[in-house]
Amino acid sequence: MRKPESGATYIITGFGARAPHISGNFMHKTARNLRIALFAAGLLAMSAAAAADLKIGLSADVSSLDPHYLNIAPNINLSSHLFDTLVLVDPNGKLVPGLATSWRTVDDTTWEFKLRRGVKFHDGSELTADDVLFSLERPATLTASPGPFTSYTRQIVDKKAVDPYTVQLKTATPYGPLPLDMSSIFIVSKKAAQNAATEDFNSGRALVGTGPFKFASFARGDRVVLTRNDQYWGGKSAWDKVTFRIITASAPRLAALLAGDVDMIETVPTADLAKLKADAKFTLEQKISWRTIFWHVDQQAHRSPFVTDKAGKPLDKNPLADVRVRQAMSKAIDRKAMAARTMEGLALPASNIVSPGIFGYNDALKVEAYDPDGAKKLLAEAGYPDGFGLTLHGPNNRYINDERIVQTVAQFFSRIGIQTKVQTLPLSVYFSKARAGEFSVALLGWGTLAGDFGLRTLVGTPNPDTGWGTWNWGRYSNPQVDALVKSALSSVDQVKREGYAKQAAALALKEEAVIPLHHQYASWAMRRGLSYPGRVDEFTFAHQVRPQ
Amino acid sequence: MITFLIRRLLQSILVLLVMSLLVFLGVYAIGNPVDILISPDANQAERARIIAAFGLDQPLWQQYLLFLRNAAAGNLGRSFAFATPALGLILERFPATMELAVSAMLLSVLLGIPLGLFAGLRPKGLAGKTIMTASILGFSLPTFWVGLMLIMVFAVKLGWLPSSGRGATVNVLGVPLSFLTRDGLEHLLLPAFNLALFNIALVIRLTRAGTQEALQQEYVRFARAKGLRNGRIIGVHVLKNILIPIVTVIALQFGSLIAFAIVTETVFAWPGMGKLIIDSIRVLDRPVIVAYLMLIVTLFIVINLVVDVLYSLLDPRVRLAEAK
Repeated sequence: MRKPESGATYIITGFGARAPHISGNFMHKTARNLRIALFAAGLLAMSAAAAADLKIGLSADVSSLDPHYLNIAPNINLSSHLFDTLVLVDPNGKLVPGLATSWRTVDDTTWEFKLRRGVKFHDGSELTADDVLFSLERPATLTASPGPFTSYTRQIVDKKAVDPYTVQLKTATPYGPLPLDMSSIFIVSKKAAQNAATEDFNSGRALVGTGPFKFASFARGDRVVLTRNDQYWGGKSAWDKVTFRIITASAPRLAALLAGDVDMIETVPTADLAKLKADAKFTLEQKISWRTIFWHVDQQAHRSPFVTDKAGKPLDKNPLADVRVRQAMSKAIDRKAMAARTMEGLALPASNIVSPGIFGYNDALKVEAYDPDGAKKLLAEAGYPDGFGLTLHGPNNRYINDERIVQTVAQFFSRIGIQTKVQTLPLSVYFSKARAGEFSVALLGWGTLAGDFGLRTLVGTPNPDTGWGTWNWGRYSNPQVDALVKSALSSVDQVKREGYAKQAAALALKEEAVIPLHHQYASWAMRRGLSYPGRVDEFTFAHQVRPQ
Repeated sequence: MITFLIRRLLQSILVLLVMSLLVFLGVYAIGNPVDILISPDANQAERARIIAAFGLDQPLWQQYLLFLRNAAAGNLGRSFAFATPALGLILERFPATMELAVSAMLLSVLLGIPLGLFAGLRPKGLAGKTIMTASILGFSLPTFWVGLMLIMVFAVKLGWLPSSGRGATVNVLGVPLSFLTRDGLEHLLLPAFNLALFNIALVIRLTRAGTQEALQQEYVRFARAKGLRNGRIIGVHVLKNILIPIVTVIALQFGSLIAFAIVTETVFAWPGMGKLIIDSIRVLDRPVIVAYLMLIVTLFIVINLVVDVLYSLLDPRVRLAEAK
């Protein structure tokens, strides 16, 4: 559907060209006007016939339609239209009933989920506990996936259907985040999926879910078309037909919105935000994202690869292992100025590793104030009154303005005497090197719906046996933090669990386990007349877009 | 001729081998695709299992040998990200890119030759000078910028043409083609023009230079002395003689059009091979990268071969045995 505003202008021009045509005076009017008139007529017809079509420009390609194949955001975004999960996530990141109406713990290691009754799959069959059990088993059977969903099913050691509407899941040890895990596993129809290969999902044959939309067509790299599921348990969507266009480059995506080829786009380029805001034809929606941008700092005592003295000679002792140095670095950063200038307002200064409102967010933690003098004092106390040499690393195609963030922080560090160089790399190179511990100070962005999850992965002591610290690039390790995170994860009582998570966050951040910078904003732009609540998890869900 | 073809074939196989080895080494040096595709909450055990499942834990030479064995059997591997055979994935996108490249080629010929001819005949006139100046722009302006400008003007400001994407397609012998529908043509026009721009400029310059040179030749003077019509001199005698270098260059450029449609495809969100390869490089999807480059190299080899053979047929002075 084209945006009505441009339609309106053209319709006026169109009639202008047509009226004289009737009187016979302007038969020789230029071909251009005639074309516009035809175009306007087309627009009229289109907007009448296709009143409930929605076209959305997505910023990343959907690689597979199999909802269990690859755990990456674009795939999850699409699957969420076709499938439901037991537990759904609301726009603010809170867990709400999905295919399960309620869940509780029977004992410390057993969770029970009550299924919603009368939910129909797209093929008309009814959802039962069998489909749920099948869906929870399926991720582990897809061994050829580079990013499987098994991270969310591995805690379950046993599962059974008590009756067709009740499922019990057993974990080896008490495990609090199970409902959160269940928000990541899409429930597929056992009948349709049990003998299906990935190809069957891509062709749509096996794409039988319970979600608000049904599959219509898929042209890889170009578009996915969905039609409304009139039987949807959560109420009918406002849109008869939804077309997702894949437009990965940001300027063309914006152009498609401006030209009226799509009604809405995600991830608006920052440089154009101000212009869009001022344009009455469009509505801009912004929301604090779950993604927190922070620095991983090498915490090991021995030589760090990119720390040198001021002459460029490697230092034998790693100054970054001293908590005072890390505090000095944190104090040196003017987060407010950075959010306003470098991020053009698209960031909220951070004190936590999860965004405000997310489970485990500790509001007792305050954003570190900009204090260059205090920073210099701390450096001197730590034995580096003249600073040292350092190289900051960051990706250059991953987070909003990531390269500029690294440059800005380098300037802040230079002001307190840390002679700072910058190197940014494309993601494909960056992640592998960072994981291998090749950087001293490295930028990372992380989005999670639970503080204890984030802490376990980002600052938990790296250990293959526990599976912790998989993204702990700085190798921070504090047994007390580990113990608190462990208590949180094993608390099935969610209030207690959040308490432990907050304590752990406070302890880890006091020691600057990581140096938080900001939470980035997610942004959507749409033609006037549409509204979108904005989602903390950055997803773009057509069923939550409403005509005003 | 036969010896020449056999030697060419052997050379080609060698080129393909060297190229695949280079890509393997290159991707290996960049990083591990699992680090990008792995789910953020995966633990070390899962990561190790995935790396093993893709054979990425093997030494590089073993991975390469396995690839060669499979490739010899016609299997270039499965894409990591898409979970489908890499070659199929590329061939699925091939018609879209081909359509774009052929349209661009047609545009360069249909616009380039008449304009070049015109400029060659009236090198001192205002029109001729304008054409030549415009052709400099065609050479020097970056494609992505011109593409964005085209979108801004024709899609955003004027609203005449769609801003991006591929239009409705019609299946012809199982191949989806978009230039047969009105919607498809509208979508095709801007990207094809954008991709053609460089070649239009190139053809204009070649044609103009050829024309000016041909006009000085004896046979043109003779034709004029004979009293032939100007139209016949230009349309038949001049054009025929300047066409040989133009055909050669166009044929060679065609390969580049396919291979370097990447920028245009990205700017216009055209679902072709170029867009696929960019996305694949971003996530280090090695099977797709290797398969794509193999295909492109093969394409270049075939085009070169065809040009060499054609050239020898067109011009008896060129003998293939001498081509080294």
